[in-house]
Amino acid sequence: MFRRLSRWAVTAPLAFTLAAALSGCGSSTPATTSAAPSSSSGGATTVTVFAAASLTGTFTELGKTFEAANPGTSVKFNFGSSATLAQQIVQGAPADVFAAASPATMKTVTDASLAAAPTTFVRNKLQIAVPADNPAKVDDLKDLADPKVKVALCAAQVPCGAAAAKALEAAGLKVTPVTLEQDVKATLTKVELGEVDAALVYRTDVLASAGKVKGIDFPEADKAINDYPIAALSKAPAPEAAKKFVDLVLSPQGKDVLTKAGFEAP
Amino acid sequence: MKPIRRTGGRPGSPRDEWAATPMTLRARLVVTRPRFRLDVDLTVVPGQVVALLGPNGAGKTTALRALAGLTALDDGHITLDGRPLHTLAAEHRPIGMVFQDYLLFPHLSALDNVAFGPRCHGAQKAEARRTAAAWLRRVGLAEHASAKPRQLSGGQAQRVALARALAAAPRLLLLDEPLAALDAHTRLEIRSRLRRHLADFDGATVLVTHDPLDAMVLADLLVVIENGSVVQRGTPAEVARRPRTDYVARLVGLNLYRGAATGPHVTVGELRLSIAEPLDGPAFVAFAPSAVALYRTRPDGTPRNLWQATIEGMERHGDNVRVHLEGPIAASADVTPAAVADLDLTPGQRIWASVKATETHAYPA
Amino acid sequence: MTPPTAETGRDGAKSRSGRTGGVVGRPPWVLVLPAVAGAAFLVLPLAGLLVRAPWSTMAVRLAEPQVLQALRLSLVTATLATFICLLLGVPLAWLLARAVFPGRRLLRALITVPLVLPPVVGGVALLLVLGRRGLVGQWLDAAFGVTLPFTTAGVVVAEAFVAMPFLVISVEGALRAADTRLEEAAATLGASRWTVFRRVTLPLVAPGIMAGAVLCWARALGEFGATITFAGNFPGQTQTMPLAVYLALETDPEAAIVLSLVLLTVSVVILASLRDKWTSTS
Repeated sequence: MFRRLSRWAVTAPLAFTLAAALSGCGSSTPATTSAAPSSSSGGATTVTVFAAASLTGTFTELGKTFEAANPGTSVKFNFGSSATLAQQIVQGAPADVFAAASPATMKTVTDASLAAAPTTFVRNKLQIAVPADNPAKVDDLKDLADPKVKVALCAAQVPCGAAAAKALEAAGLKVTPVTLEQDVKATLTKVELGEVDAALVYRTDVLASAGKVKGIDFPEADKAINDYPIAALSKAPAPEAAKKFVDLVLSPQGKDVLTKAGFEAP
Repeated sequence: MKPIRRTGGRPGSPRDEWAATPMTLRARLVVTRPRFRLDVDLTVVPGQVVALLGPNGAGKTTALRALAGLTALDDGHITLDGRPLHTLAAEHRPIGMVFQDYLLFPHLSALDNVAFGPRCHGAQKAEARRTAAAWLRRVGLAEHASAKPRQLSGGQAQRVALARALAAAPRLLLLDEPLAALDAHTRLEIRSRLRRHLADFDGATVLVTHDPLDAMVLADLLVVIENGSVVQRGTPAEVARRPRTDYVARLVGLNLYRGAATGPHVTVGELRLSIAEPLDGPAFVAFAPSAVALYRTRPDGTPRNLWQATIEGMERHGDNVRVHLEGPIAASADVTPAAVADLDLTPGQRIWASVKATETHAYPA
Repeated sequence: MTPPTAETGRDGAKSRSGRTGGVVGRPPWVLVLPAVAGAAFLVLPLAGLLVRAPWSTMAVRLAEPQVLQALRLSLVTATLATFICLLLGVPLAWLLARAVFPGRRLLRALITVPLVLPPVVGGVALLLVLGRRGLVGQWLDAAFGVTLPFTTAGVVVAEAFVAMPFLVISVEGALRAADTRLEEAAATLGASRWTVFRRVTLPLVAPGIMAGAVLCWARALGEFGATITFAGNFPGQTQTMPLAVYLALETDPEAAIVLSLVLLTVSVVILASLRDKWTSTS
């Protein structure tokens, strides 16, 4: 629209900005993060806990317990798919504690030297989840292989998906799901809404759904139990509080809360 | 704009059902708006061109749109040879309309614009194009058939608009200020062409204009509308000779007054004017500016109609100078520039004005 | 109206900007600087993707069947969704712009709801209506055995749901700006309302419709939340590029970058090849 606008009047600043930004890149290691806002001298401490989606109910409860036992400290949670959380930590997200739903996802973090010596604190077993009225009359694992039954599974990249794959392999079954969800909560939602006839989710999720879905045990579940490791992160902004939280989780009090929710002792 | 609703009449009369014979239009158009009411009646016989003349805001365009079906009537009727038109939506009326801005479809060529009407009536594309080509030849634009409207000059666009309206074989032709968008020079040429086309058209034509020259040249009958009502009706010559309102008088360039006639005199305000033919009762008196003579001192001689006036202003008027006078009656006088110099006329000056009785024209109000 | 003449520059030479005309002289820096900043804001993240892409393994990754599958599905569903949006959206836009009926303003507000709704919520809403046990879905299932979730058709529905408001708003704007007097002229020539729409209105607003369709297509292509919630995720059937990218991100960010670059390249090529007049609403 501007006649005879000097080409360089626009492209020069743009090129300069681009060059400046790109010169800061080069290696594939992420930039270091800025210090997370927390201090332990007189002010309030915040413990940031990244935990797998399946730990939502239990950890929230433990968080309240922790805050009550440690006045002046507050706990912030970030629940989600363990794989995504692991990636975020590796990219520099400011976290104090990481509780993963599988050793594989924890390995991502330990490989990046961001956590040392993770401890397995619970184990989770798979169950078949069906809608409360079980419209497809699913009884056991082999019913899932029936092409008339709509099955939802977690994607193989997420822990519950990996466990499901192991269990099905152990049973020698080939199941073609209609969908591969990105986390176990989404998988459960599909069952709750009645969109699928069955899904493989954790026992804890079935219990947490409070009657909206029915859980069916199956023997092969023992072949694919997920160990849940927990670790305080080495770059934690609040290392003291982080350790205290991990201790709480590993304590008898913590175990009590977890087993009530359906987790198994390690 | 209220959407047109079919209130009755034959449902869905397609335009083709209208016979090909020319038809008489009889209409009474009543449209009410918050501060305005249009109440006009019209009769147009086949082949006749009726011009609706009036100042801006008089309601002429509203009347035309009501005839077209683009504005709903609040009361009244429109009939063509007795068959009701006012119950039909615009697309079912056998009309053709030429708009002030022509409104040619910008995405279609001139040929396709003109072919639009025939195609809407069911003609096949090729046949419609043949009809359109014939019309374009008639208006002298055969070589511009494939041009897009934006490539046409004003005069050419006007001709295409006319061809488009006529190609649809209407029984009633409506023209809204057809020459208003043209420059003075083009207007001359187009006006005479339009006159010929209207003469060739055998249906009824209603034309809206505020230009008196258009009205005089193109129309067989003038209907003067002011404030939504008809104030005068007649042939152009009649209206020009006997204007009944200030507006018309100004339009035709006459001085017009209203007074009481008693035999050979008409009393207008404080002035008693002698007139040519005796008359009685309420009367109009009109005389042309060129009939007014101006004197520095009170003259002797025959003029009976004499009064003293003050010069309010002067302006060029063609080759002459039009002097506006205030006094017992306000009047305009046309004098030569030489006379202005001789009499040393300046605004504010007191001067004597007179007009011969034989140059006045009096008629009943 | 005189025919347009070629514009000549001040120095007498023909100007390259030809008939776009515009302001003569240098542009004000007050405008250029924020404009450059805006452009940088939008372009730099893309540059970041280019820089961090695993160029060494690119060829191998591109050859994976999953990539092509997801790309093809994305393009097909976005295009189908755009067609549906055009079929339903243009008449809807006409209704909003031209017809007068009670509740018109409310309807217009409701139509913009998918813009405001988080896409995942949109997906849930679609499930509640069109899912297997949905209000309408259960009837579809019982009467025709048709279910939409977990099918490619479901993807198209989800994408159309989030993208249609873009089209409707665009086209409604174009219709409002169009000259209705031309439609009146057509009516006086005998055109029925449908003929007026078909031969006068549509051609006049065609650029606006095209611009709306482009926006719609772009939005549909990038849709994630509603798709994964309503249609699920299964390679070849419902796994569009955005879904593939998200899942790849969980374990293999480099794969995610490759997928993103593929989607970006294809979109940019298609959008850049569209003529200028189709991407503006005037």
